[in-house]
Amino acid sequence: MRPAVRSAPGRRRRRAAAQGYLFLLPSLAFLAVFTYYPILTAAELSLYRATATVRGHVFIGAGNYLALAANPVFHQVLHNSAEFLLGTVPVTVALALVLALLLNRGHLLVTPFRTAFFYPALLPLIGAAAIWLFVYTPGYGLMDVYLRRLVGGNVNWLQDPTWALPAVMLVTVWKNAGYYMLFYLAGLQTISTELYEAARIEGASAWQVFRSITFPLLGPTTLFVLVIASINAFQSVDQIWIMTAGGPDNTTNVLLYYIYQMAFMFFDLGKAAALTVFLLAVLMGIAAVSFGLLERRIHYEV
Amino acid sequence: MNRRTARGFGTALWVLGVGALAFVWVFPLLWAVATSFRPPGSLGSQIASLWVHHPSLANFREAWSEAPFMRLYYNTAVVVFGILGAQLVTITLAAYAFARIEFPGRDWLFRLFLIQLMVAPSSLILPNFVTIKTLGLLNTRLGIMIPYFASAFGTFLLRQSFRGVPRDLEDAAAIDGCTTFQTLWNVFLPLARPTLIAFSIVSVVYHYNEFLWPLIITDTDRARTVTVGLASFTQSAESAAQWNLIAAGTVIVILPLLVLFIIFQRRFVESFMYSGLKG
Repeated sequence: MRPAVRSAPGRRRRRAAAQGYLFLLPSLAFLAVFTYYPILTAAELSLYRATATVRGHVFIGAGNYLALAANPVFHQVLHNSAEFLLGTVPVTVALALVLALLLNRGHLLVTPFRTAFFYPALLPLIGAAAIWLFVYTPGYGLMDVYLRRLVGGNVNWLQDPTWALPAVMLVTVWKNAGYYMLFYLAGLQTISTELYEAARIEGASAWQVFRSITFPLLGPTTLFVLVIASINAFQSVDQIWIMTAGGPDNTTNVLLYYIYQMAFMFFDLGKAAALTVFLLAVLMGIAAVSFGLLERRIHYEV
Repeated sequence: MNRRTARGFGTALWVLGVGALAFVWVFPLLWAVATSFRPPGSLGSQIASLWVHHPSLANFREAWSEAPFMRLYYNTAVVVFGILGAQLVTITLAAYAFARIEFPGRDWLFRLFLIQLMVAPSSLILPNFVTIKTLGLLNTRLGIMIPYFASAFGTFLLRQSFRGVPRDLEDAAAIDGCTTFQTLWNVFLPLARPTLIAFSIVSVVYHYNEFLWPLIITDTDRARTVTVGLASFTQSAESAAQWNLIAAGTVIVILPLLVLFIIFQRRFVESFMYSGLKG
C-alpha cells in the first residue's frame, strides 16, 4: 500500500538511487557491449559452423567442440599452454621473491639494481621480442656467440622443436620477474621488524627466519602474484607472433595464439568461438580457485 | 676475520652477484641501443659486443623513412590519451556511486563490474572484432579505444580512495551549496590525486604497449599504432637480416616510455607497486 503523501526522506532516497544508477550508466554501457555481450555471442557462435568461405551460419550444436577434441593440434596447444604456465609462473615468482629479498636493504646500488630488473616490464612485449629475436639468431646472435664459448654447439633456438618454447618462455620470465619483485618488496615492508628482532635474540639462522617468518607472512603476496602471473600467462602472445608464429610445427602455439590463428588466419569463426569459450572457462577457473583460497585467508594477522 | 670485514666481504659479494645478474638483465637493451648506432650492414664478429667504433645515425634515418613513425606515434598518442580521458570520466562517476551513494543492488552491480578483471579483454578478441566490424569502426582509432572506455580496475582503485574521504569535508561542501559534481571536482578528485596518477601511468603504459587488439582492428597505416608498425617493420627487415635497422626501429618505439620512466622513476615504480593489476 502506498502512502498518500510521499515522505520527504523517501523521495530523497529515490533521488539518490536514481543518481547512483545514472553515474554507473556510462561504465555499464561499455561493459555491456564489450565484456558481457561478447561472452554471450562467443558462446552462441561456438554452436554454429561459421567460416569465411561459406555464407551463412549453420547450427551444429557441439560440433565445433567435438572437432577440436578430436584435433591433435588442439591437444598440442593445450599441452604447450600447460607447459608455458607451469614453466614460467613458478620460475618467475620464485625469481621475483629472491630479487626482492636481495634488494630489500639499504645500499647506494639498490635503486639502480631495482631499475635494472624492473625496466623490461615497461617495454612493449613486441619491442622486447624484436630484441630477443636477435639474441636467438643462429650464428651471430648473443645466445649463440656467448653460449658457444661456454658450452659449445650450435642451436637454432627458435627453429628447434625442443628449444623454441623454452626460448619464448625465457623472454616472459625476463620481462615479468622485476614487475612481480615490486609486489614482494611492498609485502616485505609490511612485516614488522620486531619479529626479526625477536628471531635474532632467539638465535635463529637466516634460513629459519625465512622459513618461519618471511615466507609465511608473504603468503597473501605470493597468492596475489601467482594469480596475476597465471592470468598473464594466458594473455601474452605478442612475442609468439613475432618470434615463432606458433611454429616450428605448432610447438609454440598456445591457446590465445590459436584463437588468433583460427579466427584471423583460417577464418573458422565457429571453432575460434569454441576456443574462446574454453579460454574463458580456464580464466574463470583460475579466478574461482583464487577466490576460494582468498576466502580461506592465507593470511596471518600480526 | 672480525665482524666488520665479514660484513664488508658479504656486501662485496652482494654487489658482484646482484650486479652480474642486473647486467644480464640490461644487456639486451644496451645491445639494442649500441647496435642501432652502428653503421648499416656492419655485422660479423663485433655485432654481439656493446662497443660502437663508429657511431652513426644512418639506421635511424633509414628506419624513419621506411615506416611512417610520425603517423604511428600520433595514432598511439590519440589512442592512449583518448582511452585515459574516457576512463577518468567513467571511473570517477562509477567509483563515486559505489563509494557514497546508497541504492538497491549496489553490491550485486559491483560484483558484475569485477567480471572484467577476470575476463581479460584479449580473450574476447573474436567477438569484439565482430562488434567493431558491425559498428563500422574497423581501421579507426575509436575502434581500438572503445572496448577500454570502462575500467573495472580503475573503478575499484578509485572507490577505495573515495571511501577514505572524510564525511566532514563532504558535509561542509554540501552546506556551502555545492552540487554533487562540484563536490566531486573540489573535494574528491583532489584528495584522490595519488590514485589518479597511479592509474593514469599504468593505463598509459598498458595501452602504449598493446599489440594484438590494434593489430586485428587495423590493416592500413591510417589508424595503426607504433607497436603494430614496429611488428610489420621488423618482419620485413628480419627477412633481410637488417639487425641494425630493427634495433633502430625498436629504440624509436620504446624510447618515449623509457625516457619518461628515467625522469619519473619513483612515480612509475610506486604506481606499478600500488596498482597490482594491469589495465
